[in-house]
Amino acid sequence: MSTTLHHAGARPAGPGADRPPKPRPRTAGPARARLAALAFTAPAWLYVAGFYLYPLAGSVRMGFQNYTVSSFYTGVAPYVGWANYRAVLHDSHFVRTVTNTLLFTAGSLLFQFCVGLALAVFFNRAFPLGGPLRSLLLVPWLLPLVVSGTAWRWILDTDSGVLNHALLGAHLIGHPVPWLASTHDSLIAVTLVNIWVGIPFNMVILYGGLQSIPRELYEAAALDGANAWRRFRHITLPLLRPVTAVVLTLGLIYTVKVFDVIMILTQGGPAGSSQTLTTFAYNLSFQQLEFGRGAAVGNLLVLVAVVFAAVYLRATREQRRAGR
Amino acid sequence: MSRTVRLPRTSRAPAGPGTLAALTAAAALVLTACGTGTGSGGSGGGSDTLTEIDYYDAAPQNTQLPAILDECGKQVGVTIKHQQVPRAQFLPKLLQQASARSLPDLALVDNPDLQQLAATGGLVSLSKAGLSTAGLYPSIVQAGQYQGQTYGIAPGVNGLALYYNTDMFKAAGLTPPKTWDELTADARKLTHGSRYGVAFSAIGTEEGAFQFEPFFWTAGADLKKLDSPQAEQALTLWQKLVSAGSASKSVVTWTQADVNDQFGAGNAAMMVNGPWQLPTLDANKKLHFGIVPIPVPNAAAKPVTPLGGETWTVGHSNAAREAKAVKVVKCLLGHDESAKWSKDAGYIPSNQQAAAQLAHSDPQMAAFVQEIGTAKARTTELGTGYPKVSQALADAIQAALAGGTSPASALSQAQRTAQN
Repeated sequence: MSTTLHHAGARPAGPGADRPPKPRPRTAGPARARLAALAFTAPAWLYVAGFYLYPLAGSVRMGFQNYTVSSFYTGVAPYVGWANYRAVLHDSHFVRTVTNTLLFTAGSLLFQFCVGLALAVFFNRAFPLGGPLRSLLLVPWLLPLVVSGTAWRWILDTDSGVLNHALLGAHLIGHPVPWLASTHDSLIAVTLVNIWVGIPFNMVILYGGLQSIPRELYEAAALDGANAWRRFRHITLPLLRPVTAVVLTLGLIYTVKVFDVIMILTQGGPAGSSQTLTTFAYNLSFQQLEFGRGAAVGNLLVLVAVVFAAVYLRATREQRRAGR
Repeated sequence: MSRTVRLPRTSRAPAGPGTLAALTAAAALVLTACGTGTGSGGSGGGSDTLTEIDYYDAAPQNTQLPAILDECGKQVGVTIKHQQVPRAQFLPKLLQQASARSLPDLALVDNPDLQQLAATGGLVSLSKAGLSTAGLYPSIVQAGQYQGQTYGIAPGVNGLALYYNTDMFKAAGLTPPKTWDELTADARKLTHGSRYGVAFSAIGTEEGAFQFEPFFWTAGADLKKLDSPQAEQALTLWQKLVSAGSASKSVVTWTQADVNDQFGAGNAAMMVNGPWQLPTLDANKKLHFGIVPIPVPNAAAKPVTPLGGETWTVGHSNAAREAKAVKVVKCLLGHDESAKWSKDAGYIPSNQQAAAQLAHSDPQMAAFVQEIGTAKARTTELGTGYPKVSQALADAIQAALAGGTSPASALSQAQRTAQN
C-alpha cells in the first residue's frame, strides 16, 4: 500500500553509521539536483494547488461572506465574520442534524464492521465455491449508488415495497411500516441501506488482514487446547488491530460525507428526520440559495474529516512501523 | 504491506529545465482548459450562433422545444445551439455560467427562480429591449418581473387541478368534488383495498410546497405569514386525508411524477397534478379520467393556484447577440408558436386569446385555463425571499403529515425558520 522513497541526501546518519559519508560528486551540482527534485514534484503541487487548495480556500472564504445569487455575477460578497456560523448553529434543524449524523455514522460503522468481520472470518476458511460467493458479495460495492439507491427506494416503499410484503407475509408486522415516509423510521432506513453499501468494503479489507495472520499461530493455539472463540479473541482480534484501525477511520470519513444514499432515498426528509450535515449543506446552498451558510456547514464537515484523516495517518504510520 | 524502495546513491537529475517548463505548461493548459470549458458560447463569439439552455428531459417537451427553436432561429437567421441539463443542476449551472460571465443567450428558467437570476444583473431587461407583453395574462407577466422590469416571459404556463378516475367515480356513484368537505368524503369512499382515494406530492422541496399552495392560497393564507389560521386550516385538510388513510403515508416521498404513476396505475382515484402529465396519461388507453378545478373550502371561494412553467430569459453578451436573442424570444412568444408549443407540451398559452381557443378545442385543458385567471405567481409576495419560505413550508407539511406534529405548531415553527 505504501511506498517510501529514501533519498540519499535525506538520510540521517544513525549511530550505526561507522563509515564516513562519501563526498558528493561536485560536478552534478546540488542546485541542479534540487531543480530536478522540484521538476518532479511540480506537477503534483500544481494539481494539489489547483484542485484542492484553491477550492478549499474559496470554501473557507465563502463561509465568512454573505454570498448571494448576485455575488456569482457581480463578484461582490461582503464579509460578515462569523454570522454564517452563528446562523447555522441557531438553525432549528442544526441540533437534530448533528444528532442524525452521529447516529447514522455510529450505526453504520458498528454494523458494517461487525457483519464485514463475520463474513471475512467465514470466507477465511477454504470451502467449495467460496471464491465466487465472495465476489458476488462485492456487487453492492460495484453498483453505482444511484442504481442501488433507487432499487432500495422501491424495496422500502410503504404500500408496494417488497420488504413490507415479506414482513407482512411472515406476520412479523401487523401493518406496513412507512420506512421512508415516517419521521421515526427514515433515519433507520437510510442507515440500513448505508450499512448494506459498506459491508463489502469492510469485508474485503478485513479479509486481507486475516490472510496475513500466520496459520501456525492457530495450529499452536489449537494444540494448546484453545477453542475457536479463544483463538478468535486472542489471535485474530489483536493481530487484526492495525487493519481495524484503518477500516474504521476510513469508514468514518466515508460515512460522515455520505450524500447520495440519503439524497436518493429521502432527500433528508420527511421534515429533516434523516438530514445529515451533507444534505443540510446541500439544502442550504442549492434549495435556499444561502451559499455562505452552506459553505459554513461544508467547512465544519471538512474539519471533522481532517481530524479523522489525521487519526488515520497516525494509525497507518504506526502500522508501518510495526510491519517493519 | 509496506515496501521500501531505495534509490541508488548516485542519482542523477534526469530532468532538465526544459522538461520542467514542459510539465508546467501542460499543467497550466489543463487548468485553463477547465476554466474556460464551463462557458458555453460566451460573450466573445460571433452572433451567428446563439446558445440555449433548458431542463426539459422528458418527451414530448424535450423533442418539441428544439424543433420550435430551429424554426425561430431560421426566421431570425441564426443557428441555436441547444443544451439540456437535469432540473437539479439547472440553477447551479446557470450560476456557474454567471460567475464566468458566459450566461447563455437564451435560457428557459423556472419562474420562481427568475427573481434570483434577475437580481444578479446578468439578464437583459426585456421591457427595455422593447418586447411587448400585450395580450398576455397579467399574472404571467408579473411572474417574470423583477423590480418593475420584465426579465422573463413564459411562452406557456401550467397550474394544478384535480384529476379523477371516471370509472371509479361511476362505480361508486359519486360526482367530482367541488369543496374540501366533498373531497374528504369522496376520498374516504373511494379508498378501498390497495387503492387510495386521493394522491398528491408532499415531498420536502419546492415541488411539495407548489402542490400545497392551491389549498394554502384558496383558504386565504399568505406566504408572508405561514402560521395564520387559514394556513392551519389547509394543512389540517392534508393531515386528515393522510391520517384517515384516504391518502398514502408515502405522499411525503412522492414527486409529482410518482403521483402520476400511482394515478395511472389505478392506485389512486384522484390526484392533484398539472397538465404536463396529459401526454403520458392520454397514452394509457385503459385509463379514463376527467379534470376539475382544485376543490375550495366553501362553494363561494375561487381556486387560487400557483403559476407553474418556465420563462424565456436573455443573458447579457454584446449588443448584436442580445438583439438577435430578443428577436428569437419574440418569435417563440408569437401567437402561433406559443399555441403550438403549448398544445404539444401540455401547457396553457400565455396569450389570453390563444388560451381561450385552447379551452374550446381541448376539453381536457378547460379546467386549467379556467384557473389561470385567478392564478398567482409564487414570487409576487416575497420576491427573492421565496425559496427560503417555500422550504420552510415544505418542512411544515412533512412534519404534520409524517411526524405527527400538529399543523399549528408545524406552521409556527416554519414561520420562525422563515424569519431566521
